[in-house]
Amino acid sequence: MADKTRRDIIKAGLGGMLAVFIPKGLTAEESPDWFEHYWVYIIDINACIGCGACVRADKRENDVPPAFFRTWVERYQVTEDDHVYVDSPNGGKNGFVSVDNPAKDAKPTKGFFVPKLCNHCRHTPCAQVCPVNASYISPQGVVLVDKQRCIGCGYCVQACPYGSRYIDPRTHTADKCTWCFHRITKGLQPACVTVCPTGARKFGDLKEKGSEIRKILSTALTNVLKPELNTEPFCFYIGIDKAVR
Amino acid sequence: MTYSEYLYPNDIHIFWSLMIVTYPFITGLVAGAFIASALYHVFGREEMKPVSRFALLVSLSFMLCVTLPLLVHLGHPERSFNIMITPHWHSAIAGFGFIYSFYLIVLILEILVSYREDIVHNYRFSGGGVQRMFWGVLALGVTDINEETRKADRKVINVLALLGIPAACTLHGYVGFLFGSLKSNPWWSTPLMPQVFLLSAILSGLALVILLYIWFSNKGILTRSFECLRSLCFFLWLSMLGYVISEGLEILFFFYESSDAWVVISTLLADWLWETFVIMQLGIGVVVSFVLLTIMIFIKENEALYTRLAIIASVTSIFEVWMMRWNVIIGGQLFSKSGVGFRAFNVEWLEKEGILMTIGLTLLPFLFLYILMKIFPPREAAH
Repeated sequence: MADKTRRDIIKAGLGGMLAVFIPKGLTAEESPDWFEHYWVYIIDINACIGCGACVRADKRENDVPPAFFRTWVERYQVTEDDHVYVDSPNGGKNGFVSVDNPAKDAKPTKGFFVPKLCNHCRHTPCAQVCPVNASYISPQGVVLVDKQRCIGCGYCVQACPYGSRYIDPRTHTADKCTWCFHRITKGLQPACVTVCPTGARKFGDLKEKGSEIRKILSTALTNVLKPELNTEPFCFYIGIDKAVR
Repeated sequence: MTYSEYLYPNDIHIFWSLMIVTYPFITGLVAGAFIASALYHVFGREEMKPVSRFALLVSLSFMLCVTLPLLVHLGHPERSFNIMITPHWHSAIAGFGFIYSFYLIVLILEILVSYREDIVHNYRFSGGGVQRMFWGVLALGVTDINEETRKADRKVINVLALLGIPAACTLHGYVGFLFGSLKSNPWWSTPLMPQVFLLSAILSGLALVILLYIWFSNKGILTRSFECLRSLCFFLWLSMLGYVISEGLEILFFFYESSDAWVVISTLLADWLWETFVIMQLGIGVVVSFVLLTIMIFIKENEALYTRLAIIASVTSIFEVWMMRWNVIIGGQLFSKSGVGFRAFNVEWLEKEGILMTIGLTLLPFLFLYILMKIFPPREAAH
């Protein structure tokens, strides 16, 4: 104590007081995994069987309100004369076996299922138009909604070209697929990917060298929904047909 | 490729309802009424003097109600102020609070300076106490009236009106930008949208000022002047012409480009908006108003006939603008973003964003106008 001057003691005291007021949270340096990912979603149209397990899992996992969907499955049936029948009864939640087939008398020549969800675009129109920054792109490439900030104006719902957003009637705020952000930040896969019986839905890290996602993107023929809008989706489709809306 | 009807599952509700129709309608009346006033103050149209100060009051009464439809619509109105505290500058809506505040300040200042002689007169002849303090505050602390102060006031009014014109145009042009910049919606996504909104705003504001001017000049509250009415109607005709050209160009482009958008828009116009767009907006709104206003240009003597036609043309013009707001906002949500499915819009009387609320919010500015006219007498000062 003798070798400490009064100045040192005051300095130490001030430092301690400041330490109380500065919030101690995890920084990027302290949490090595946090920013080390850049997530990508891939859907293989050829593999989807339209069972609806993904929709059911998502509804359960994220407590999605009854009339709305964070993910859904569309059924496309194309006839010889290029007429397209599209349907998604209850978002495809219960599959398509027991529902009315709108194309049953038209004898389609090809048919396929298209799972849909938020595309987590890089030039995302929803985050662009949000007046209070409640919709934003996380550093890992996931488009998120801060429900504590959202004012419920619905501008983002109008701006999303894919119909992925809705206003949750319980919270009066915008909601959408987050790729199960609460799961992926713990090293888990999104619920819909986990339950897909055919591996039609794939999710992975673009930064991980040698990952399946990187292999698919570098070798397979992929496309995105509505590419003409230049929203740069990070949800890619293998085997997508021109009929898909 | 043809499609069977299909809507994205989340596209079953029309989320932007009557409140979002009412919002640009009221904003348009604000901007249009201000332009009516600026025609005298800035552009020196002497014949418009009887209506110039009154038009400012009309503008302010509607301005005070602009935010109400938005607040009713918001899921969390208690967070609405976040738009100004933590704005996201990439969003067009984020600019609203600032444009609105700036224009409101300009408008209030212009009214206070325009009415300064009346205010000072009231200040001098008020008994004292709270009343005197009230007029003293409205006089902005300056209670002198002489040639020098009059000259200074005129200068200030000119500057404020000059600032007010771009502010009023921005306020409404920006509303058009809100819709025009959304590439997700082919019916909205056109660079002509701000222009269409702006011209229709001037149209509706002028039409409202004409109706109120006729009403109050008949009551002897405003100075009756045939020249003033003729001038207002001429500018109404001009703005209608500009509006028709812009709206016509918009549809022509959609049709001529015949892109994917036209597939939706042609069905929308032919099946879903036939009554509201083609018959009501274009037929009753545009054609009737435009024909009447054109005929009125040639009526030079018969004031009674002219006034009657002016009333009809103004009513149909306002009706046209309201239908335009409906057709843009509701019409733009009648189809799914899938582009191959449509949904009906049902409006209720008593719901939060229903018909009664819409009527209430549209009439509320008239109550404000009544109060403002008690404070600021619309006739020119004669002290």
